[in-house]
Parts: sequence; C-alpha cells; structure tokens
Amino acid sequence: MKDMQSTTSTLNITVDDLSVTYSNARLALYNANCTVEAGTITGLVGPNGSGKSTLFKSIMGFLQPSQGQIRVGGFPVQKAQKRQLMAYVPQADEVDWNFPINVFDVVMMGRYGYMNLLRIPSAKDRRLVMESLERVNMSDFRHRQIGELSGGQKKRAFLARALAQEGKVILLDEPFTGVDVKTEKRMIDLLMQLRQEGHTILVSTHDLASISTFCDRTILLNQTILASGTTAETFTEENLAMTFGGLPVSSLRQKSRQSEAEV
Amino acid sequence: MSDLVAAIPLWDWLVEPLQYGFLRQAIWVSAFVGFVCAALSCYITLKGWSLMGDAVSHAVVPGVVVAYALNIPFAVGAFLFGFGATVAIGYVKSKTRLKEDAVIGVVFTGFFAFGIVLVTKIPSNIDLFHILFGNVLGISQQDIVQTLIAGVITLTVIFLRRKDLLLFCFDPNHAKAIGLNTEFIYYTLLSVLALTIVTALQTAGIILVIAMLVTPGSIAYLLTDRFDHMLGISIASSVFSCVLGTYLSYHFDVSTGGSIVVLLTLLFVITMVFAPRYGILAQRSKQRSNPIAAEAQGQELSRDQA
Repeated sequence: MKDMQSTTSTLNITVDDLSVTYSNARLALYNANCTVEAGTITGLVGPNGSGKSTLFKSIMGFLQPSQGQIRVGGFPVQKAQKRQLMAYVPQADEVDWNFPINVFDVVMMGRYGYMNLLRIPSAKDRRLVMESLERVNMSDFRHRQIGELSGGQKKRAFLARALAQEGKVILLDEPFTGVDVKTEKRMIDLLMQLRQEGHTILVSTHDLASISTFCDRTILLNQTILASGTTAETFTEENLAMTFGGLPVSSLRQKSRQSEAEV
Repeated sequence: MSDLVAAIPLWDWLVEPLQYGFLRQAIWVSAFVGFVCAALSCYITLKGWSLMGDAVSHAVVPGVVVAYALNIPFAVGAFLFGFGATVAIGYVKSKTRLKEDAVIGVVFTGFFAFGIVLVTKIPSNIDLFHILFGNVLGISQQDIVQTLIAGVITLTVIFLRRKDLLLFCFDPNHAKAIGLNTEFIYYTLLSVLALTIVTALQTAGIILVIAMLVTPGSIAYLLTDRFDHMLGISIASSVFSCVLGTYLSYHFDVSTGGSIVVLLTLLFVITMVFAPRYGILAQRSKQRSNPIAAEAQGQELSRDQA
C-alpha cells in the first residue's frame, strides 16, 4: 500500500494523533488528526498562536513531536525529506534578508539534495533553476541580492526554490503577508497550475477572504484540529466562530475525550 | 634627489628586519593564521557565532595544560577541550530552560577557570602570558608544524563543505527539508571553529583570537553583498593586518597579537565610516537625499511587481 502510493504521482499528508510540547512545558498542539488529500490545495487556518506554525514545522520535521505520527505519501517525514518529496516556502521573517546571497544561488539551494557532497551543479540543475525562475517571472532579478527585492519578489524567489526542488508536496507558511493584491493573484494562479500538475499544496494563512477562492479543502486549527473537509463544508459560521472566537471549554473537553476514546 | 635620500632610510627600515630568520618566520606564520581565521570568519559572522568563538577560545586553556603535562601535542589537547566545550554547551542547553548566551557564559568561564587552576598547580614550563596573548615571535618549530596541520585541515574542510556550511548559516530549515544532516553540519562548523582557534593560539593568544574570527568577516560584510567577494576582502584585510602587525610589533617592541588586532580594528573603523554603501557616511547621505530616493525606489518596486 505504502509503495503503491509512492509510485503514484500525487502524495498525501497524514497527521495522526499529534501532540507537541515546547521546552517551557506549554502544550502547543494536542491530539491533532488530519489528512491533507493528495493533489489538492489545502488551507490551514487559525488565529495567531493557534499552532499553525507548530503543525507546519512538525510536518517539515523541524520539530520533534512529543506524541503522534506524520506520514507524507506513506513515508515518515525524514524519509520523505531524503527523497526530496517536500518543499518549504518560509515566512518572510524567518529569512535573513541581509545575507550576502543572490536570487539564483537561493534557488540553486533547492537542488542541493540531488547533488553529490561537493554540491557542484550539473547542466540539469542549472536548467531547472532557470526554468523555475522563469515560471515565477524572476529571471531578470536572478543576480539581485535577496534584500533588494520587493515583498512579492521575495516570495516568488523562494517559491522558485521550491519548484527547483521538484517536491511533490509544497508547504507555504503565510505566503501572502506583505504581498500586494496583484502578486497574490499571480501566486494563486501558479499554485492552481501546480495542483493541476499533481502537486499537493498546504498553505497556512490567517487571511480568510482569499481561502474560498483557491483552496479545495480547509483545515481549521486552534490548539487542535477543529474541523477539516472541503472548503464549502468547513467554512461555516459556527466553525469559524469556534476557531477564532473564544473557544467554549465544553467543546474542548469533548474533543479531547473523543480523541482519547479513539486511541 | 632629496626624495631618494629620504627614501633610503625608509627602505632600510622596511628591509632590515627581514634579514632575521625568526621574523620572516613569524610573518609568514601569522599571515597563514590570518588567512585561515579570515576564511572561517565569514561563516562565523553570518551565523552569529561570535560568542561561541569566544567560548571555544577560552575553553582550550585546560587542554593546553593537560597536553603539556601528558607530553602530547598542545593542538590535540586544545582541540579536544575546545570541541568538548561546544558539546557541553549543546547538552546543557537542551537539558535546561536557560537561554543560549547564559549557557555559553557558564560553560566557557568554567573551562577557563579550570585551566587557570591547572596552570598554577601542575608544574610545567607553560607561560600563562603566552597562552593568553600569543607569542609568534618566539614560536618553536614544533608549534609551527601543529599550527600548519590544524590550519590546513581547517581550510580543506571549509573548501570541501563550503556550500553546505553557507546553506546552514543562511537557512538551516531548508537544509533539513532537503534531507541534509544538519546536526552533522553543525558539529562540522564547530569542530572547524575549534581547529581554527588552535591554529591561532600561538599567534594571537586566546584573548585576542576572537578578534581574528570576527573582525575580518565584519569588515567584508560592510563592503559587499556577494559571498565570494566577502571571502576575498576578509582574507585580504586579515593577512594585511597580520603581516604589518607582526612587522610593527618588532619595530616598536610591542605585543604581536595586540598590534595585529589594533590594525584590524582600525581597518574596521575606517570601513564602518567610509564603506560606499553600508558605511555611516553613505547611510547619512542617503538619508539626506531621502525624499527623492525613497520615491524613486518606490516607483521601481511597483514597476517590478507589475
């Protein structure tokens, strides 16, 4: 079954009973269960501090969960990384924009996983980097130091790196913050193209307005998964109130008891 | 004609010391050390590891003493204790809720103090002053060999792993996401750091080695936005300061490590003020012409986005 999945063109992400505790003993995420369906654009929605980034970082393997399991296309996260299945587009404030590096070299870093230990790029690596830059319309800026770019260009540069990596699963953390409406629309068009080509895309955002325009499915999150399904199903007034409004304690207790019963 | 006459004493002044073998030797050793330190310096400044460098340099002291007591090469003892301190820092940090700078502070002063206690208790011919401040003019052949070995290993590792090290400094998360072993790269950079400090021990001494590891990279970072240029500028400023500093220390009979670092710091101050783009003067003139520049930049940005 697992091997079947790896040979098919689309990959899903399954999160099974995930809990993450930080070193200050704060529980960031508990008993999270969800599936990001293969070949969809899925929105991960929740207020600030709801554990969006924590879930993201767990899926990317940057965090060690205290409990639970994550699989990407049937593989454990580390295996999926080694196979270059997952690409990550970081939040703008996670990047040191003063770093002495230009756009071309950033995108080339997407190819390192395919190179030998000396990381000497082949003709194919160069070609893919140039193609990725062209796809996001950044070819003309490839020699710019990354700090000289506008907000939208910065996002596109890192999206190009994800494309160059040829990951079947692409995670974008708050991709539309600091981006103007025009660029946002173009990025959404590109994401839809990528879905067409069989990519699975997970986008975290707190911008509710744009979700229904491009997300097939939505996962609502606040400390745990509150709802997940097609955007039409999930985006009910009640669900959004539960996610963004004060969380009724009774519903929380029920949730955790339910998931305990499932275990 | 009078220019020529005046030039002769200057020429003598420049060349005369070079007839002494020990000084020629000190100059090329310190130039080599400057080269090694400057190469690593670019990574250390970009990664923000200056404090870590300071920690490792202090932590090598007990290693040097133990090495002399056991009659093994000082470089081996120094490396083991320097690297051991970084492992200890990593361990304490992961097991407690303390912030990293506090952990570093506790661990390296502990190692350093232990070294001082050992120096004063174990009978040896170690001169604490030489460990602290370096003594390249009196360096022994044996020490030169150790310096060279440590330096060549450092340069080889940096050269072979330069791309991964740079990726690790820039975006460790991406390194992880593409399946690289970031733990391994982390310890590679730390061990190279410890080796570089071993290399510089005889020249700069443990107190000043941190300047050799931070200042050249900082000078270069203020002058360029390209990493390869940064490496070149860093190495050039460092080797220049090491050669001239050693020279001047002979002429004026002052501490070699001290004069090297004073020169480096002077270069830094000049750069900080006059750097064409990131210097204080350039920043100020940019601010003065701000309204127009800001508008022009804004237009450019909106054009890019269109």
